[in-house]
Amino acid sequence: MDKLKLMKITNEVRKDIVTAVHSAKAGHPGGSLSAAELLTFLYFEEMNIDPKDPGKADRDRFVLSKGHIAPALYSVLAERGYFPKKELLTLRHTGSRLQGHPDMKQVPGVDMSSGSLGQGISAAVGMAIAAKLSGASYRVYTMVGDGEIQEGQVWEASMLAAHRRLDNLVVIVDNNNLQIDGEVDKVNSPYPIDKKFEAFNFHVINIDGNDFDQIEPALKEARAVKGQPTAIIAKTLKGKGVSFMENAAEWHGKAPNDEEYKIAMADLEKAGEALCQM
Amino acid sequence: MSDVKKIATRDSYGDELIALGKEHEDIVVLDADLAEATRSGKFAGVFPERFIDCGIAEANMMGVAAGLAAAGKVPFASSFAMFAAGRAYEQVRNSIGYPHLNVKIGASHAGISVGEDGATHQCNEDIALMRSIPGMTVINPSDYIEGRAAVRAAYEYNGPVYLRFGRLAVPVINDRPDYKFEMGKGVVLREGKDVAIIATGLPVNNCLEAAEMLAADGIDAKVVNIHTIKPLDEELVAAAAKETGKVVTVEEHSVIGGLGSAVCDTLCEKAPTRVLKIGINDVFGESGPALELIEKYGLDAKSIYEKVKKFVNGV
Repeated sequence: MDKLKLMKITNEVRKDIVTAVHSAKAGHPGGSLSAAELLTFLYFEEMNIDPKDPGKADRDRFVLSKGHIAPALYSVLAERGYFPKKELLTLRHTGSRLQGHPDMKQVPGVDMSSGSLGQGISAAVGMAIAAKLSGASYRVYTMVGDGEIQEGQVWEASMLAAHRRLDNLVVIVDNNNLQIDGEVDKVNSPYPIDKKFEAFNFHVINIDGNDFDQIEPALKEARAVKGQPTAIIAKTLKGKGVSFMENAAEWHGKAPNDEEYKIAMADLEKAGEALCQM
Repeated sequence: MSDVKKIATRDSYGDELIALGKEHEDIVVLDADLAEATRSGKFAGVFPERFIDCGIAEANMMGVAAGLAAAGKVPFASSFAMFAAGRAYEQVRNSIGYPHLNVKIGASHAGISVGEDGATHQCNEDIALMRSIPGMTVINPSDYIEGRAAVRAAYEYNGPVYLRFGRLAVPVINDRPDYKFEMGKGVVLREGKDVAIIATGLPVNNCLEAAEMLAADGIDAKVVNIHTIKPLDEELVAAAAKETGKVVTVEEHSVIGGLGSAVCDTLCEKAPTRVLKIGINDVFGESGPALELIEKYGLDAKSIYEKVKKFVNGV
C-alpha cells in the first residue's frame, strides 16, 4: 500500500476517533490522535491478521498497553473491517461492547483486555514467550505511553523480555511528551527513554511516529533483529490533526463539545482534501 | 497420633504439576524466585523448558501468565500468598479476572503457619481479596491428597483459579479409597446434630480432633470441610445450619472476608443462624514456630474445642 493511501486511511481514523469521543462525551482524544499513524500501519501493513478470522491461531498479536486510547484502536479495527464503523458511535455507552478501555471478550480484533497502565506489556511478553514455547512464528506488538513507562511493571516486563531474548516482541513507545498532569519531563521524567531500553538489552530505534517513511523501515528493521526484543521510541504529536488539541495536555482525557467537534472535523476534512490533491 | 503421615499442601502442588506436565503439553509453570519454597521447582526439575522464572517481580508474572493463557497455554503462576494475592492483586483482577483468562495461581505459605518469617509474610487476607474478584474460583485444600486433586481439578476447569497452600506439614486426612474431589462441593467428614463446624484448609484436621473432645463431653459436632470457598457449597452450608442450629467456622485466615464471612453471607439469606467465626481476629501475625503460633492464635484442636463448647453451651 502506498504512503498516500495510508495517510488517507489515517485521516479517516482521526475523524472516527473525534466522532467516537464526541459521541461518548468522554474519552482520550489526545493520545489516540498521536498514535493514529502507528496503529494504522500495524493493522494495514505490518501484522499478519484477518478481520474475517480475528482469532486465527497464527495471527500476529497486538496489545494496547496504553488502553485509554481505545478510540484509536477501535477506529483502526473498524476501518480494517472487524466491525461496522457506525458502532463507533456507541463508544462508552451503557451496554456497548466498545468499553472505555479494550475488552478482549467483547471486541473482535482485541487480543488483550487492557487499560490499567503497565499491565499490557506483561501480557505481550507472555504471548511472545508462548510463541517461542510452541515454535510458532507469530510476532507480538505492544504500545506503551511515555507516561505509562513511569509504572515499574513496564521495567519488570522489559527485563524479562530481554532476558528471554524475545526477538518476536516489539515495544512501541508513543512519546507524545504529555500526560494528564502535564509534560512528562516535568511530572517525573522518563528520559532518556532510548538509553533506558538499551540498558535493558533492547534493540532500540528512534523515529518520528507520525511519519510513515520512518515507521515502515523501523518495523522492517525490528523483524531482522535476532536474540533481543526491539523498542521503537516514536516521537509523536499529541492531538495531531486537530488544531486546538495539538500538544495540549488538557485534551488528554476530555471530549469536544458540539462546537469544538465541528472545528475538529473541519480541520480533518481540510487535511483530507489536501491529501486528495496530492 | 505420631504414626499419622504429615506432608505440606505445597508439596501437593509441585507433585501434581509434574503428573499433569507429563500428560499435557500446554502446562507452563511460572515462579518469582521462590521455586524451592512453592515447590514449583519440582516441575522445573522435570520440565525446565516449560518453567519460567520471572525473578522477584510478581506483578509482571501475573501479566505474563495472562498473556500465556491468551495464547492458549495453561499457566500456573506460583508465589507466596502474600505476593500472589496481595502485591499483585490488581494485576490478578485486571489482567486475569476481568478477561476471565485460564490462569491458575498457586499460592503457598498462606496463613500464620508460615512461622518464623513473621507478619510480613503471613498472609491472612488472601481469601478475602481473591473471592471478591468476579469469576475467580478459590480453593483451600486441607491436606496433601486434597491438594493434588485440587491442582488437577484446576487444570481441568477453564477459568481463573486461586489455589491456596500451606508451608507446614499437616496430617493426611483424606487418604481413603472413596475420596472424590468435586470443585464447589463441601465434604461432610463427621455427622453431628448439636453444632456444625465448617472449616477450610489446615485447621480441618484440628476440627476433627476437637469434635472427638466435644463428643467426650456429650456434644455431637458435625464437621464439614469446605475446600472450595468460591463458589461456596451454599446448599450444604444451609443444610448443616438448619440441622444443627449452631454454626462455627474455622480458618487460618482473617475473620474478615474469608470462609466465615462467606458462610455468613449465605446463612443470613438462606438460613439465619448464630455463627461463631474462629480465625485470625483482625491482627497481624508474628514470628515463631508454626505450631506454637497455631496455638497462640487459637487454631489448635484444644482451643477450637473450648471455643465451640462455650458457644454451644451459650456461655
